[in-house]
Amino acid sequence: MNYFLTEEQQMILDTARALAKSKIKPVREKYDEEGIFPWDIVKEMAAADLMGLYIPEQYGGMGGGVFALCLAVEELSKVCGGISLAMAATALGTFPLLLFGSEEQKAKYLPGIASGKHLAAFALTEANAGSDAGNMATTAVRDGDDYILNGTKQWITNGGEAQIYSVVAMTNKAKGTRGATAFIVEKGTPGFEFGKKENKMGIRASATRELVFNNCRVPAKNILAKEGMGFIVAVNTLNNSRPGVAAQALGIAAGALEEALLYSRQRVQFGQPISSIQAVQHMLANMATEVEAARALVYATARTIDSGEKSFAKISAMSKLFASEVAMRVTTDAVQVMGGYGYMKEYPVEKMMRDAKITQIYEGTSQIQRNEIALQLIKEAAKMK
Amino acid sequence: MHIVVLIKQVVATTNVKLDPETGTMIRDGVESILNPFDEYAVEEALRIKERMGQGKVTVVTMGPPQAKEIIRKAVGMGVDEGILVSDRLLAGSDTWATAYTLSQVLKKIGDFRMIITGKQAVDGDTAQVGPEIAACLDLPMIAWVRKIESISETQIRAERLMEDGFDVLESPLPAIISVVKEINEPRLESLKGKMRAKKYDPQVLTVADLPGFEVSQVGLKGSPTKVFKTFTPQRQYKGEMIAGEPAQAAANLYEKIKTLKIV
Repeated sequence: MNYFLTEEQQMILDTARALAKSKIKPVREKYDEEGIFPWDIVKEMAAADLMGLYIPEQYGGMGGGVFALCLAVEELSKVCGGISLAMAATALGTFPLLLFGSEEQKAKYLPGIASGKHLAAFALTEANAGSDAGNMATTAVRDGDDYILNGTKQWITNGGEAQIYSVVAMTNKAKGTRGATAFIVEKGTPGFEFGKKENKMGIRASATRELVFNNCRVPAKNILAKEGMGFIVAVNTLNNSRPGVAAQALGIAAGALEEALLYSRQRVQFGQPISSIQAVQHMLANMATEVEAARALVYATARTIDSGEKSFAKISAMSKLFASEVAMRVTTDAVQVMGGYGYMKEYPVEKMMRDAKITQIYEGTSQIQRNEIALQLIKEAAKMK
Repeated sequence: MHIVVLIKQVVATTNVKLDPETGTMIRDGVESILNPFDEYAVEEALRIKERMGQGKVTVVTMGPPQAKEIIRKAVGMGVDEGILVSDRLLAGSDTWATAYTLSQVLKKIGDFRMIITGKQAVDGDTAQVGPEIAACLDLPMIAWVRKIESISETQIRAERLMEDGFDVLESPLPAIISVVKEINEPRLESLKGKMRAKKYDPQVLTVADLPGFEVSQVGLKGSPTKVFKTFTPQRQYKGEMIAGEPAQAAANLYEKIKTLKIV
């Protein structure tokens, strides 16, 4: 399918593809096995100018918007959906700054992120506040010109590796969701420590860790937007970042499809390549159709966001929902096409299947995406009356 | 410090086909790329510049107009400038004529402190042009460099790869070095580099731009190398099949190699 990419977008795609092939493919198995953070690859991404794709040029980025981010994340995820997450999760941690940061905050933090020197992370989830983010227990209490943060954030992607954290904490519990506030907290701030490192099923090259705030003093000037706007920051961040997860899911699916297709042409059973067997052909046909449909939806969503259109919560949730469900089905089918070999670690599809699963869970589960889509549908219907 | 890297456009294949009529390489339909060994040379120059915190890297190539493409590739990797020497009078030049031409370009550039080349080009595989330039310019040369231990404006200390280990050599600068692939891992072209490269138009020189250039030294006529005949050798596989039951076949095979005094 021709998506009519500009010359610059094509360059982004080619650069990410070249990097994935030459730098990530040879080491993805090692990183998956050892579960260590791929700093050497992050440096390569930074040197190739890929870490600041979505950051405006005035802050040292490429100014390519959400679409540029999606193109790169898709290409990298075709090869490794774990390593690509260093970029996608940094974007998630950077959107609060891009969307709500003051000029001073942007000028201070964005250039370091754009150059790839610093990674970012977004901290909303807690042990008892997952889909129900309003139930969070982390507090921020005003003390003079500062706020004192206490509490533990859980499952934070890039946790421990990132320099800049966008953290949502309750400043006024009585106000419920209007009592949350978003802060920028830098690594190294006294009282800000890293806790448990998670041992995960997939995306094992990505760091997932607890953030522990113990009387951590953060200056009031680090507030994003205003006190009480924490959930508005969070919701808008997720609306902008979900296409990035969708692109990760899309990349994983496309990578698995490619592996299954190549294999089916080589594997001979009953005296013929299995690609000649109609049962296999139909599986491949379904996989390819779903991948292309996911791509069309993700690209259209990213382009809509970049166009300046204000209302995109619904399509953002749709793209994340659809692409992640496609990723799970396609990677599972890729393992099926490859049979016993697909199940073995000698081939990359079992890893792709493990990596795909998280895309249905984080940044809002598939069920939460459906809630969001339904909510928007009903709102739209109500307006039509 | 100004570093000049000499690069070459080559065909992207190790299976070079020759035209039996003219004895020259068939380039039609074969993709052209930057000589892979030259990527290591470009990378090393960029690293020296980065290590020293200042400087300039210029790539120079001799070739037809389409050789601008490899200059753009080098610009994408991060070099500052590129120069193409291109002239019909240079067609058919051998390694000596090429070395003479490139030395004239280097004389024109003048202010370089160091010249880096790949250890050889993958088409001709002669590895001669670098040392010949050293001779033309009367410069010291360290070939087959696998590591630069230290470098300053006036001095280089480098490890030269040998068959049985390595030598550590020091040389004053300016000097010329050729590098082997063990020296580094070339970077990819960055996005910003590619964008600059897309618009970059390298300086193109003809022999008329080179003061005192002697046309008699170059081209097919000026080249000391004369090619009388080139051909692609026919490969002949003379295998013998030893048939029969495995035990008997093994015994027959053993008899044969005993007769041939291999065992």
